[in-house]
Amino acid sequence: MTGGKTPFLWTLFSAGGTLAALLFPVHLFLSGLAFPLGWLEAPSHDSLLNLVQHPLTRLYLFFLISLPLFHWAHRFRYTLYDGLKLKHLTTLIAVLCYGCALIGTVVTAYTLWNVP
Amino acid sequence: MSAEAHYTRYHPQWYRRRVSVWWWLQSWRYTKFVLRELTSVFVAFFAVITLWQLRALVDGPQAYTQFVRGLKSSPLVAVHGVAFLFVLFHSISWFHLAPKAMVMRLRGKRVPDWVIVGLNYFAWLIASGTIAWLLLRG
Amino acid sequence: MGSREKLPPTVTLAVTRYRPEEESEPTLQTYEAPYRKDWVVLDALNYIKDKVDGSLSFRWSCRMGVCGSCGMMVNGEPKLTCAAFLSDYLPGPIRVEPLQFFPIVRDLVVDMTDFLHKLKKVKPWVVREEERPLSEGEYRQTPEQLDIYKQFSMCINCMLCYAACPIYGLEPGFVGPAAIALAQRYNLDSRDIGAQERLDILSGKDGIWECTFVGECTKVCPKNVDPAGAIQQYKLTGAAHWFKSVLLPWGRK
Repeated sequence: MTGGKTPFLWTLFSAGGTLAALLFPVHLFLSGLAFPLGWLEAPSHDSLLNLVQHPLTRLYLFFLISLPLFHWAHRFRYTLYDGLKLKHLTTLIAVLCYGCALIGTVVTAYTLWNVP
Repeated sequence: MSAEAHYTRYHPQWYRRRVSVWWWLQSWRYTKFVLRELTSVFVAFFAVITLWQLRALVDGPQAYTQFVRGLKSSPLVAVHGVAFLFVLFHSISWFHLAPKAMVMRLRGKRVPDWVIVGLNYFAWLIASGTIAWLLLRG
Repeated sequence: MGSREKLPPTVTLAVTRYRPEEESEPTLQTYEAPYRKDWVVLDALNYIKDKVDGSLSFRWSCRMGVCGSCGMMVNGEPKLTCAAFLSDYLPGPIRVEPLQFFPIVRDLVVDMTDFLHKLKKVKPWVVREEERPLSEGEYRQTPEQLDIYKQFSMCINCMLCYAACPIYGLEPGFVGPAAIALAQRYNLDSRDIGAQERLDILSGKDGIWECTFVGECTKVCPKNVDPAGAIQQYKLTGAAHWFKSVLLPWGRK
């Protein structure tokens, strides 16, 4: 089992980690701090929607959300194993972590598909 | 535990110390490692927030205004502040570990680590600049 | 105080004692050793053994960072005691303990059977299709080919990386840093064809995927082998093989 799917999940982890490292700081800084605190002027609903309607933006958003979720799933799974010595719950933890990431990915895909 | 280590058998008097659940508090190096791993929680948090924002955006101007108002609440701003620090920690640690996994060779010589780290920072700068420009051009 | 200052300066060492015939748990015993600017922890231990307490047990051999036998925890960090200068740990006391995560045999001596088993498991030798007769000459290699694996070949099997690796502590089955770095040393050798055999062993349970890149193995390595790097590079190879075997099922046996 370990040898089976782990290389694939590790690849998702790495890809998600790279995306998050490169892109999350600027997104988080703008939408979580600069816009709410009024440091910079936030784009309007219409202009954002305009941006999201472009197929390339949708593809971008799909990877921007789904891959970091798998990054979390993989990393957090091992943190639980090692940090709390929970290796005996391996199946439960794996199902919960990757399951959440999978649900997030499906919701993202569905939302992006239905952008008006 | 299924994994058995191979030790010479029949030495019951050999002393084996069990690793405590709190092993990562015993040394700052290990604590830093666990903090690095926990950046993933904030990565996931922001991925979910982004998804949520996307759904609000798709649901129409009213839903979006409500979502934006929610972002201005002080607890959420505080959480975003903490998350920003953790995400920065993730980026920096990720860039510095990258050359360990990625070995590049140029004309028979290994490209020095600092070049690969530098390229990562450069890509970071370009990507951040592009996204900020796209969102701020109005 | 006044009279003490006239004595030659000394340094206090708190050393793990474990005498299984006498006690069921290790204890710390403090010793005084003279302080010399050019002395290392191993010199102080040898002074104690020669002049103070001959019953203290520890391993050592070359005194120059080559044999890899004097590894111990110095103030909680895995170190070759022949390279740990007393002057870096002043004013003391300096805590000297056996390498962590290994069973303690006696005092500062740990059991290394497990490591030797793991080392053998990864086939740390050049695997060949067929051995050429001597008359056909040597297996030649260019400096570039040597350069690719040279760093990983510097390992002296001192096991400091195991004592630094919390994963090894938590999962005693984990093959561990040095053995994987040595596997990689042979994988990258142009004369070797054993990479597939080693990957089959190391991509299974207790292999490379157990590692979470704590990175401490690389920091404590006295020979700059970079086992953490070796394992991450190995993961990349393992992932590439996985994709190849899925996308091209006929490509593999």
